[in-house]
Amino acid sequence: MIEFHLSTRSGVSPYQQLVQQVRRALRLGLLVAGDQLPTVKEVAGQLAINPNTVLKAYRELEHAGLVAARPGVGTFVLETLTDDTLAAHGPLRRDLRRWLEKARLAGLDDEGIEDLFQDTFRLMNAENIA
Amino acid sequence: MTAIVAAEGLGKRYRQRWALRDCTFEVPAKRVVGLVGPNGAGKTTLLHIAVGLLQPSAGRISVLGARPAEDAAQLGRVGFVAQQNPLYPSLTVADHLRLGGWLNPGWDAAGAAARIAELGLDLKQRAGRLSGGQHAQLALTLAIAKRPELLVLDEPVASLDPLARHEFLQQLMRAVAEDELTVVLSSHLVADLERVCDYLIVLTDAQVQLAGDVDDLLASHHRLIGPRRDQASLPHDQQVIEASHTDRQSSYLIRTDRPILDPAWTVEPVGLEDLVLGYLRRAATDRGQQARLGVVR
Repeated sequence: MIEFHLSTRSGVSPYQQLVQQVRRALRLGLLVAGDQLPTVKEVAGQLAINPNTVLKAYRELEHAGLVAARPGVGTFVLETLTDDTLAAHGPLRRDLRRWLEKARLAGLDDEGIEDLFQDTFRLMNAENIA
Repeated sequence: MTAIVAAEGLGKRYRQRWALRDCTFEVPAKRVVGLVGPNGAGKTTLLHIAVGLLQPSAGRISVLGARPAEDAAQLGRVGFVAQQNPLYPSLTVADHLRLGGWLNPGWDAAGAAARIAELGLDLKQRAGRLSGGQHAQLALTLAIAKRPELLVLDEPVASLDPLARHEFLQQLMRAVAEDELTVVLSSHLVADLERVCDYLIVLTDAQVQLAGDVDDLLASHHRLIGPRRDQASLPHDQQVIEASHTDRQSSYLIRTDRPILDPAWTVEPVGLEDLVLGYLRRAATDRGQQARLGVVR
């Protein structure tokens, strides 16, 4: 069982934070097929958030085929994001390290690197939509 | 979907002053509604009309399909906790539970006892000697044990410290998950509302400025930042809530249901707090302008 936590300063909506935390737990192998997610009531009561927010997050995970709700019992993990695990991306990570070293040599600080990444990411997404 | 509360042109006048004016809105079922606004905006007046403590001077309101406090049955379906969580200071926690059982036909005695145990309240303690947080929790427990379809809370957490506030909202959200009730709560603590509310009503100067589903509101409001630009040059479908300019830069809070195509803008999503602040500031600016015009006249 995992426990959720919420950051109020992240700018990410509570429902998205819940989705991200489940996905992360799946990628890291903290959640595996058959595991049960906390019930809507438990999460709502623990975090003091609207139960509809929890429902929405669980519904999105269900839609993505990651979990399944068994009415009256709970919500269960269907599959682990194994082929998606961070460990499986060794080559990508190596490339990224090389790129980060180059960025440092070019004089970028942490903030500059993040901005550049976000900006390029946004631009590519925008191009894909257009 | 039928509305739990439906108000049309609702108004309340005290002598010459309108405490509430021309309010039209609906509260859908099974939602947690945040009623936000500055002090003196009319929040308490609106809630008191909804629970039947005040008669409106104008317009109509229906609550659960009937007039507020029309009869005993209607009263039984609405729970209300007033601003100061009124309890009887010299009665004990157990006395309050017993009283609740006598006065309410659908009383959930087992549920109330379980909640009191979970909260760790001493049944023999007098209400007057409870801490602020415990006091509020007992008032909420009594309101929930009545098993209402609509629960109305007037500034329930305003006087509580952060921990007590969190515990209060935990209990409230647990009850919402269990009983699927509709909640209307007023507050000016927007950060709390962001977590618990999925429907928002902004009230300023006796009027409803904004009402709607939180997700819809957040999706239709954006902050535009870019080179300085005149408001008149914005597309007509972009309603300006707030604008600020430096000599080079303009920043707008806008409402639109259409995509923003102008590449000159950096478009940023708006959080609930920014959204509420935008509307509150707009109302304050309007008020300032009216005051100035009044002086000219």
